Amino acid sequence: MIRSKILIRLVRSLSKLGSDFIDKVWRLGAGARLFGLMLISSGESFRRFRLVVREVYFTGVMSLVIISVSAFFVGMVLALQGYNTLQKYGSSEAIGVLVALALVRELGPVVTALLFAGRAGTAITAEIGLMKATEQLAAMEMMAVSPISRVIAPRFWAGVIALPILAALFSMIGILGGYLVAVPLIGVDSGAFWSQMQANVDWQFDIVNGVIKSIVFGVACTIIALFEGYDAPPTAEGVSRATTRTVVTSSLVVLALDFVLTSFMIV
Amino acid sequence: MTQNIVEIDNLSFGYKNRTLHKGISMSFPRGKVVAIMGGSGSGKTTLLRLIGGQFKPSAGEVRVDGQVVHQQNREGIYKLRRRMGMLFQQGALFTDLSVYDNVAFPMRELTDLPESMIHDLVLMKLNAVGLRGAHSLMPTELSGGMARRVALARAIALDPDIMMYDEPFAGLDPISMAVICDLIRTLNDALGITSIVVTHDVEETFSFADYIYFVADGVVAAEGRPEDLRQSTLPFIHQFVHGEKDGPVPFHYPAADYKLDLLG
Amino acid sequence: MDRTTIDLWVGIFVALGVAALLGLAMKVGNLTTSNIGETYMVEAAFENIGGLKPRAPVKSAGVVVGRVEGIRFDTVTYEAIVSLNVDKSYQFPADTFANIYTAGLLGEQYIGLEAGGDEEVLKNGDKIAHTQDAVVLEKMISQFLYNKASEPAPATAVPAESTKTEDDALTENPLDDLVN
Repeated sequence: MIRSKILIRLVRSLSKLGSDFIDKVWRLGAGARLFGLMLISSGESFRRFRLVVREVYFTGVMSLVIISVSAFFVGMVLALQGYNTLQKYGSSEAIGVLVALALVRELGPVVTALLFAGRAGTAITAEIGLMKATEQLAAMEMMAVSPISRVIAPRFWAGVIALPILAALFSMIGILGGYLVAVPLIGVDSGAFWSQMQANVDWQFDIVNGVIKSIVFGVACTIIALFEGYDAPPTAEGVSRATTRTVVTSSLVVLALDFVLTSFMIV
Repeated sequence: MTQNIVEIDNLSFGYKNRTLHKGISMSFPRGKVVAIMGGSGSGKTTLLRLIGGQFKPSAGEVRVDGQVVHQQNREGIYKLRRRMGMLFQQGALFTDLSVYDNVAFPMRELTDLPESMIHDLVLMKLNAVGLRGAHSLMPTELSGGMARRVALARAIALDPDIMMYDEPFAGLDPISMAVICDLIRTLNDALGITSIVVTHDVEETFSFADYIYFVADGVVAAEGRPEDLRQSTLPFIHQFVHGEKDGPVPFHYPAADYKLDLLG
Repeated sequence: MDRTTIDLWVGIFVALGVAALLGLAMKVGNLTTSNIGETYMVEAAFENIGGLKPRAPVKSAGVVVGRVEGIRFDTVTYEAIVSLNVDKSYQFPADTFANIYTAGLLGEQYIGLEAGGDEEVLKNGDKIAHTQDAVVLEKMISQFLYNKASEPAPATAVPAESTKTEDDALTENPLDDLVN
């Protein structure tokens, strides 16, 4: 009796695992399909670039404040923490290098992508999900206007354009925040701060690689947000769940991609 | 040029494991207002989607102007859809665009008309539904009935040959209902459109439709002109038309014996 | 939202992004000082490169003149072949000396070029003949210990140096031993 109960429970949890796995694979496939369709029907976005510009406003410009403020604080914290440790080894003037490398290589692209997923990604998912729930996408479809080329593609390209810009701003503002703490507040020499930084930050291997990372994150975050919205069940609960999933999935994918990209970039 | 602009021929369709339609045949003659009636969940709205080519039938076919819809490629379906207008249940206005831009949307997307001409056309269409004065409002500022009328103006923006209405009266007050009712008939006659109305509002439908199909259990349960149907003695039609709560459509969802359920 | 307002904001946004990238390139990175210009490649063989890494700086008289492009192992001579990208604007004599130095006691390793006196200059694809290997700390320590062990023990416990005055240490030139 007990044994059969355990058996039933085992079978049930195994089949749950199986169905979860199939569901995940299915979603991956559906996401890839949407990505492919979107790329094919991107012509419209470039012929009418105004559509993209409008979305750059909503994803990029609207994220400016949160990005700038976070960057400023991240930079200041980096400088404080860095100074605290570096001065034990008598190399507090290396603080500029520490702040710059940490921001340009990692924190700039990664934190921007995480904030972007929370600020712009959720907005995209909720908007697309609601457009679907209120039959706006179906209406477009019935008007012989493809929602993928009219709604999905412009938002995608806007995200891919906006994220690298936001990441570059994040790094720059973060470095300024670090400068403010290190130089006027702690009293590190201003010349040493910048010269050490310039001697050790490489244009190609640090800055360009950071930009490449942010472009990849832009593609990932935006397509995840778009797919979750497009795939959301057309109910209030469905849309809210999809919004949550956007943040969770984007964050995990960004962190995992960051590891993969970094391992390729560090020779 | 066939006499029926839309023909549904022995059509079957179902979602994953639920069959919705089991061999439905209907025809929609040019210039007429044809209503499809049936209880909630009987697949009426899905029929409209099938005509618009958003779903593929599992058997049978839908022909629009002699062309089989599901055999068309994407281009072909889009070409057919340009000749159709559809009014969605809640209007489905684009919430990020103003009333004016909503009506202008299909013109801007599908034609190369200059902006000045679009301006005139939009105001004409809005005037036809009586909302020219509301052109600068956003959809969120409209009442349900007004939103429905704006959506109607948008649906007729490109002068379609076929208009499809999905539950045009759902959730409207009697005045808005009468307005929409009147608009459906006037637009149909003035523009020479063929109208397909999916609804379950008996009184309104019987007042303006030329022909009515009743759908139940996935088949056409009855069809005919309103005056004939009103006299019908078919039990289902009688129950539906007169709104009786029990009859061939039972009040109770199929259940086990009541006594057994309660006393175990 | 008005069209022109959106355009203006997006314009500002893009301009800010470009400015940030330029700032990163000029103020933070070494785009202005690094080898963005034309470079030529020379090779140098070392028996031991220690901890030298690709992209390590190549310096001459302390000025960065290039970067290490790649490191490979030659299976015939069993030496490490280091290829260096040197800025075109810096020409070096053909008999230039390449050393592997360490920045500070435990810092990163870099290549130092010391110019020779040849009329000919190094061209793309040339090989630097004179090289000096990296100093390996373990080797140095073991050598030091070995030398100490072979030295005869001092007669007194007091080290000889401690008797010298500070002036002695300052006037003493370590190179004198080499000259004599």
